[in-house]
Amino acid sequence: MPAPRDLVELRPEGLYCPAGDFHIDPWRPVPRAVITHGHGDHARVGMGEYHCSVGSLPILRWRLGEQRYHLHEHGPPFELGGARVSLHPAGHVLGSVQVRIEAGGEVWVASGDYKRQPDPTCAPFEPVRCDVFITEATFGLPVYRWPDTREVVRDIVDWRERCAARGEAAVLFCYALGKAQRLLAELAAVTDRPALLHGAIAAGVQVYRDAGIAMLATRAVADEEKGRDFAGELILAPPSAAGSTWMRRFRGAQTGFASGWMRLRGNRRRRNYDRGFVVSDHADWPDLMRTVRETGARRVIATHGSTDAIVRALNECGIAAEAFRTSFGDEDA
Amino acid sequence: MKRFAALYRELDRSTGTADKRAALVAYFREAPVEDAAWALWLLSGGKLAASRARIANSRELRAWIVAESGQSEWLVEDCYDHVGDLAETLALLLDDPPAEDADRPLHVWIERELLPLAGADEALRRDAVVRAWRTLGFDQRLLFNKLLTGALRVGVSQRLVQQALAEMSGIDIARIAQRMLGAWTPSPRFMRDLLTVEELPGDRQQPYPFFLASPLEPADGAEAAARLGEVGDWLLEWKWDGIRLQLIRRGGEVALWSRGEERLDGRFPEIEAAAGALARDCVIDGELLAWGDGDDRPLPFTALQKRIQRRKPGFKLLAEAPARVLAYDLLELDGADLRAWPLQQRRESLAALVHELADTRIALSPLVEARDWTEAARSREDARERGVEGLMLKRRDSVYQVGRRRGDWWKWKIEPLTIDAVLLYAQSGHGRRSTLFTDYTFGLWDGEALVPVAKAYSGLDDREILELDRWIRAHTLERFGPVRSVPALHVFELGFEAVNRSSRHKSGIAVRFPRILRWRRDKPAAEADRLDALKALAR
Repeated sequence: MPAPRDLVELRPEGLYCPAGDFHIDPWRPVPRAVITHGHGDHARVGMGEYHCSVGSLPILRWRLGEQRYHLHEHGPPFELGGARVSLHPAGHVLGSVQVRIEAGGEVWVASGDYKRQPDPTCAPFEPVRCDVFITEATFGLPVYRWPDTREVVRDIVDWRERCAARGEAAVLFCYALGKAQRLLAELAAVTDRPALLHGAIAAGVQVYRDAGIAMLATRAVADEEKGRDFAGELILAPPSAAGSTWMRRFRGAQTGFASGWMRLRGNRRRRNYDRGFVVSDHADWPDLMRTVRETGARRVIATHGSTDAIVRALNECGIAAEAFRTSFGDEDA
Repeated sequence: MKRFAALYRELDRSTGTADKRAALVAYFREAPVEDAAWALWLLSGGKLAASRARIANSRELRAWIVAESGQSEWLVEDCYDHVGDLAETLALLLDDPPAEDADRPLHVWIERELLPLAGADEALRRDAVVRAWRTLGFDQRLLFNKLLTGALRVGVSQRLVQQALAEMSGIDIARIAQRMLGAWTPSPRFMRDLLTVEELPGDRQQPYPFFLASPLEPADGAEAAARLGEVGDWLLEWKWDGIRLQLIRRGGEVALWSRGEERLDGRFPEIEAAAGALARDCVIDGELLAWGDGDDRPLPFTALQKRIQRRKPGFKLLAEAPARVLAYDLLELDGADLRAWPLQQRRESLAALVHELADTRIALSPLVEARDWTEAARSREDARERGVEGLMLKRRDSVYQVGRRRGDWWKWKIEPLTIDAVLLYAQSGHGRRSTLFTDYTFGLWDGEALVPVAKAYSGLDDREILELDRWIRAHTLERFGPVRSVPALHVFELGFEAVNRSSRHKSGIAVRFPRILRWRRDKPAAEADRLDALKALAR
């Protein structure tokens, strides 16, 4: 009898499930795709049809326009070919899910991107029991451990006040989709002073507001009076705005970056930010290891990030682990 | 220790010197004097204990963190590779305690906890270090580890610290700098003496802080020199490749101080003997060189190096590498500080003093005559022939300042020698480059093998550093602790000032001041230079 085929394989176009004849977050056009979330490295145009969570639709529609979307609630299974598929919250960004696949008596789960910290903008990660767990490993080294986000957000407010005292603006760089909205939702708990937004962030914030996510009040920088003084304001901008002409209007400004990479001083200094704030939408090392344990998986496949370390560490604990070389992980952290 | 950890964090974050200075002033205003003394010591690059009396070495710290964090040894090594800084890696691998213990001052940590541990049994040292790890929050843990692993390296210059102390105390910065020269101990007494307005007896035994020249840019300098105005406003001298020193003769006693702020007493008896015969008390700024009797040029730097290493040189070495001082400047005469005089006038007094001594072991550094900058540039071309590094340009009316100040003194070095060498090894850098492989070792062909000849840390731009870093990570052949070996593929043009024969180096030669000039992407490794070619340049 031939060995049973894996439920998910690595193909040139992406992760493929032969039993269900569909791809998960493919990077090349395929007839049928299951999408974990709306970030650009996971959701691309050109697929015949898109299976996704109800919650992820606002972001997908905004990023990809009108497509053949098949919407699914968290939990209830649906049939794709010979596979039973269900979607479960991943806690990464609005509407992000893990994909559970059941066929031939085996259960596989593909995590997409995920985190275990609380996030007011999305449903919390739900551990799903499985035989094989396909995990991300963006921060797959034990030096990555996240502080409590509420503390970090208080630091951001303190920083803005320090900037105000010096007559400077506080420009906080963060990824435009997910991180910015999470920060605004967390900030609403500690301040009611509105934040100002770069245009690339304002659009994503509107998508979240339309989806009913409560966040700090915001205004667009572009709508502010010409020549106004931005001292003491907190301004959210995408990292690509750093060093651009757009920055000139703030005259005196300090810059900060909100990212898991800011855990290391060298990363902050190398990019020349005044401040680094450790906030990530990915699991840190302790949560990666805890999540693998909670799934009960006997085999783990790491898709992107520091896959070498996590593969070796899991093998040492008696869990068969390997890595897939995917195109994920260039978009955000 | 919280206060100092907060200062460390503040300095580490700040990109501007004004912010750093403000943070330093605030710290020194508020900190108790016992703490301030240690803070000054550490910020000046001082270590907690001499290397033999280390509280923990790197191997022990890594073993202890393996046990305490529960991570495998290889994983801790991977993390160290990734972070590039051991103290930071150790701090990152642990979670913060739920609550920190009551704060204990910096000097209590150092004097009561750490220093008594030096030389104790490993178990005792480990227990104390691990106990600290468990009770300290991240900022303090990082600083604590920095105390264990060596110098702070937080991007604060000695001068910046002195500026802060001057601002805070109202004492003249030159006096503070002078009082900090040489060996001192971080005690409250030192701190009080440092900042006292009274004249101290010790003030009269100290050297002056050196005034340093800035490099004339761009490297060829011909146009830059022309911008300096009339050549007649400048004194031109050779830039000797020796050791800058101050020769102090006060009340009949002689002391020699190197620019590295070390006393050289005893190492150069012939210079001390010559200085003893000086007619007047004085402080001379000059260059120490090894120079054979009757030679028309100095011996290579390696000869002088042998002399420095020997605390009490024997007869043979004294004959082999006799020392002499070429005097540049006169800072003090008969107890009077001359530094505010114009250079021209200081030099005239110096010439008279040295002339009267009539001893080749303390001679005047000759002036280089030039009617215009073109002629000066031609003289500079002869520099390598003469065994000097180039020209010094000093404004005739310049006062003797403190530290490296631009404007009045320039060094106009000769074009470097160059070779094309192959990248062999890489190691993580420090500070801003701590997460990147930026310290490189290069080799040249010797038969079929590549022999390491130079280490270089600078010369690539940020984009090239990133590209090379990625390549090194993806192509590592072997790891030796923090060092990685890579395939012989990439060729770089290296520049250096001189090549000397050396028995201390495997290649048989030592290069002076190597740095990367450019990445030779056009050149395959097989076409890199041969060791023989470099040896031919050696003297």
